[in-house]
Amino acid sequence: MKFLAYLISGISLGSVYAIIALGYTMVYGIAKMLNFAHGDVIMIGGYISFIAANYLGLPTLVSVIVAMAVCTILGVVIEGLAYRPLRSAPSLAVLITAIGVSYLLQNSALLIWGANPKSYTPVVSGTLHLFDGQLTISYVSLLTIVACIVIMIALTLFTGRTKMGKAMRACSEDKGAAQLMGINVNRTISLTFAIGSALAAIAGALLCSFSPTLMPTTGSMPGIKAFTAAVFGGIGSIPGAFLGGILLGVIESLARGYISTQLSNSIVFAVLIVVLLVRPAGLLGKYVPEKV
Amino acid sequence: MKKTLCLLLALVMVVGMLAGCGSNAGNSADNETAAPANNDGNPTFKIGSSGPLTGGAAIYGTAVMNAARIAVDEINAMDGIHFEFQAQDDEADSGDKAINAYNTLMDWGMQVMVGTVTSGSGITVSAQAFQDRTFMLTPSGSSVDVIKDKDNAFQVCFTDPNQGTGSADYIAEHFPGAKVAVIYRNDDAYSQGIRDTFVAELAAKGLTLEYEGTFTADTATDFSVQLTAAQSAGADMLFLPIYYQPAAVILQQANQMGYAPTFFGVDGMDGILTLENFDTSLAEGVYLLTPFSADADDARTQAFVAEYQKRYGEVPNQFAADGYDAVYIVKAALEAAGCTPDMSAAEICEALIKVMPTITVDGITGEGMTWAATGEVSKAPMAVVIKDGVYVTPEN
Repeated sequence: MKFLAYLISGISLGSVYAIIALGYTMVYGIAKMLNFAHGDVIMIGGYISFIAANYLGLPTLVSVIVAMAVCTILGVVIEGLAYRPLRSAPSLAVLITAIGVSYLLQNSALLIWGANPKSYTPVVSGTLHLFDGQLTISYVSLLTIVACIVIMIALTLFTGRTKMGKAMRACSEDKGAAQLMGINVNRTISLTFAIGSALAAIAGALLCSFSPTLMPTTGSMPGIKAFTAAVFGGIGSIPGAFLGGILLGVIESLARGYISTQLSNSIVFAVLIVVLLVRPAGLLGKYVPEKV
Repeated sequence: MKKTLCLLLALVMVVGMLAGCGSNAGNSADNETAAPANNDGNPTFKIGSSGPLTGGAAIYGTAVMNAARIAVDEINAMDGIHFEFQAQDDEADSGDKAINAYNTLMDWGMQVMVGTVTSGSGITVSAQAFQDRTFMLTPSGSSVDVIKDKDNAFQVCFTDPNQGTGSADYIAEHFPGAKVAVIYRNDDAYSQGIRDTFVAELAAKGLTLEYEGTFTADTATDFSVQLTAAQSAGADMLFLPIYYQPAAVILQQANQMGYAPTFFGVDGMDGILTLENFDTSLAEGVYLLTPFSADADDARTQAFVAEYQKRYGEVPNQFAADGYDAVYIVKAALEAAGCTPDMSAAEICEALIKVMPTITVDGITGEGMTWAATGEVSKAPMAVVIKDGVYVTPEN
């Protein structure tokens, strides 16, 4: 029973990582850049939905939609102002810019909302009791798992079946060739950022429901963990991000339960190293040999 | 990598700042003619404090500074010693941010330090202050390492070992037969220190420890595993020697899983009721060890609480009370030592070190506080329980 409880808490923690990782992987897969500001967009999403729900008194669902709208705009603006001018710059410059944006967002949040933490009201409350109350699962965990699966399937269908999705995949393979085929590369990348940031808002609401202390630094550690999950599963691959996130959460949870609460992070990263040694492109990533 | 970059940028900024004021910074501390004397001719000392005014621990730093300002204003309204007060932000950092805050205060001409607020930065700053011979009285830096082997550092709050021992004694006395579990943060000197003495005292009292869980700064968002383990170990008393932010997460997650032991916190738990939008019903029945309770009925506490509420619109916590007392303790010590504002920080330091073990101060965090030469304060810890959203003295 303890094992089941650990497993479920691992899967729900992993689902939060997975939703964040989906945002990382989308942007990396299509724009070929690491958007380190993703974790901070999550934090902004958390704050916006907090404000919409608590100060404006909007219903929970509406507050999450407001947060998605704000984050989408934020994502597109960040992309247009900070990343688009660097499209042909070396990838290191873009990486540093992303770190800069991350700090800008964190410190803006510090200025606007202050340093004192806020306690986020979970989007759903209550607990499911199974086996005479021996096993308890919170509805937040269930919602996170369901949301994660739905988003993963929707994204896979979107990139695989729609015209915009096709354009995204074309940009991912070869930007120059895609442009020659009449695809508006800038608009496609903006759309990618819009989707990634809307996902970040959902992730923000779920993350804060799961761990209800909202601070300007709320997004940074989950952001790094989710980045790890995206690499673990194979960065650029949507099912990979899902698998990586879930596995990361489960390994972390089981390691904490059965081995040591102190070593859980070390164990997670040790597993990551082993996986990358065996499969350099991650679990589901495609390894593309480069001909010289 | 993000952190390194951040530190680097901070360093660049600080170097720029120091370079800017380099011309007059060096001599202002010992520039005796500039020793401030205000219009009334009262001797005025420069006291400074550093603590987290931004960041996750900002609630502590802000509380200490707010209360210290009240004490300074009260003292300045009286005849006798007057104070000039300056507060600097160290973000509860134990590295260069703490040292930078201290250096900024020294450049300003600080003669006595009423800081730091947190233990981590206190350990760093007290080492530096020991070398510089600056007297330092920390309101709330409770780790033993802040005062260890430093004759210039004294504490207003009781030390972490005392909190651990006090909590274990309290539990043994009031909850005989309790099955105790501990969740603590093992990358934090404060939490680790309390846990160590708590566990030792618990064993001495013959109580059993059913489960021990740890977390770190990076894993302070999910406690479901530790809570599940504590629950299945059958623990009905959960000791939390941690700050209130992770404690709030623990209370919420325990509630979600339907686990309801008695929660027992220490002074870091103080502040949980002021967490914005926190459902205070979750904290109902939480015990915590604190030297200060805002509902105490002595006139001084009530006057302080009323003034604090008037100025800052909230009920002062225990950190505020420590900060308030610290300023009065410095005043008492300066008077006892007969210090004058034209003395340098180092001279004042030597004079205060001599008188600290001899003075007795009545404060709002304890009657008849006395100090050992090691810097440790002697006063009794007391437990409160949260009922209807306020601290009350437990009935049993």
